[in-house]
Amino acid sequence: MRYSFLSLALGALRGPAMWPRVWRDATPKPAYDIVIVGGGGHGLATAYYLAKVHGLTNIAVLEKGWIGSGNAGRNTTIIRSNYREPGNIPLYELSMKLWEGLERELNYNTMVSQRGVLNLYHSDAQRDGFARRGNAMRIHGVDAALLDDAGVRAYAPYLDFDNARFPIRGGLLQRRGGTARHDAVVWGYARGADRRGVDIVQNCEVSGIRVMRGAVTGVETSRGFIATTKVGLAVAGHSSRVAAMAGLRLPIESHTLQAMVTEGVKPLIPGVITFGAGHFYISQSDKGGLVFGGDIEAYNSYAQRGNLPVIEEVCEGGMAIMPMLGRLRVLRSWGGVCDMTMDGSPIIDRTPVGGLYFNGGWCYGGFKATPGSGWCFAHLIATETLHDAAAALRLDRFATGHVIDENGQGAQANLH
Amino acid sequence: MRITCPFCGDRDAEEFAVLGSDVGSRPDAAAPDAELRFSDYVYLRDNPAGPNSELWYHGSGCRRWLKVLRDTRTHQILAVELALP
Repeated sequence: MRYSFLSLALGALRGPAMWPRVWRDATPKPAYDIVIVGGGGHGLATAYYLAKVHGLTNIAVLEKGWIGSGNAGRNTTIIRSNYREPGNIPLYELSMKLWEGLERELNYNTMVSQRGVLNLYHSDAQRDGFARRGNAMRIHGVDAALLDDAGVRAYAPYLDFDNARFPIRGGLLQRRGGTARHDAVVWGYARGADRRGVDIVQNCEVSGIRVMRGAVTGVETSRGFIATTKVGLAVAGHSSRVAAMAGLRLPIESHTLQAMVTEGVKPLIPGVITFGAGHFYISQSDKGGLVFGGDIEAYNSYAQRGNLPVIEEVCEGGMAIMPMLGRLRVLRSWGGVCDMTMDGSPIIDRTPVGGLYFNGGWCYGGFKATPGSGWCFAHLIATETLHDAAAALRLDRFATGHVIDENGQGAQANLH
Repeated sequence: MRITCPFCGDRDAEEFAVLGSDVGSRPDAAAPDAELRFSDYVYLRDNPAGPNSELWYHGSGCRRWLKVLRDTRTHQILAVELALP
């Protein structure tokens, strides 16, 4: 059914029984034209755009758990396109433009809220760096505003401007950035893909990729063999494991990133605020909880949970800019497995195996890219050509020396 | 996480800094395929879900480099030895 004000009013009168299932829980068929491995935001967005833009619908999305149970449900919901490098900006800006029309596109309330993303700077050198990044963004048609001390004071007067060690001198503000509702993004894409005939198969773990004469012929799963000639991988933290099934080694390490949320308070933080002298970013959910996160754990991990020292470090970062945080209690924390590439930028590319396409290496920044990643990956799978916005995100850029120097830190935790 | 250092005994992981996975020794720069080998050595990782051999430095203790076998699914430390005996 189509959601509208009228359907909402009817639903209020008739009760929950009137709402049908949002998407089918499909049983896998023996063969598909395209199989997408990974039922997170990126995989479902890919399937959606394959169906919507390219008219391909004989597609299965295979998810080992339930859709959105991985990083799609574990992020801090921030959307932004404030990148610096020419290889990155077009993709994130494409994403931002898709975010801006996503609710109308999907007829689903993804709660996209362009409440602004402010990166604080604390020194003259950092201001110069941020000015450069802001200029790079504006050259690419992205909005950016460099705020001085007074500008930030007007935006968030409670910050610790005169901190002895990291005084706040200003910030780079992207007003079009903000947050979106992560679960709704997953369900919205699932619903859109499902209505166009895509099979979303849950509890279906891929255990092998069958390759014959250098090309994919199907995938082995916990629910039987599925024949296909095109496989798209969008499995985030488990990229290395799934790619290894096809004999590939990736420039990726898996690390845990933790996030946490406090008890709910009245509206306090207007947008997203990030600390420039450490790794800390914070926003306020619509329920009032302050959602924040920081650095990855230094060691490799697939555990989906982190350790307390990093939580302590993240909270220290928060206290350095917003001392009032100390009065709040953290309700819960959680961790997700991030696929950290060696240059910190993602990969959307073919692989040396015929019919096997790879989308991954999103590090800890994949959520904001969900629409653009799906768009470009669908383009690659459907047309066999790289999308212009993702042309630099090559798998072989490490071997050829075309790494993207966004922050120059990659998986090396001590550089973050 | 706690790591049993061969010198210092059972210590909190906060005393240690991790360098990363043990990726072996540098390739021979004089080899004909040195370029390929170096890009593999610098960028590619096995990234196993299970026991992983890593290099840890006991900076707040004996300041020795340790080779630690650790399960990446559970964070359990399986074995610790000196990296350079």
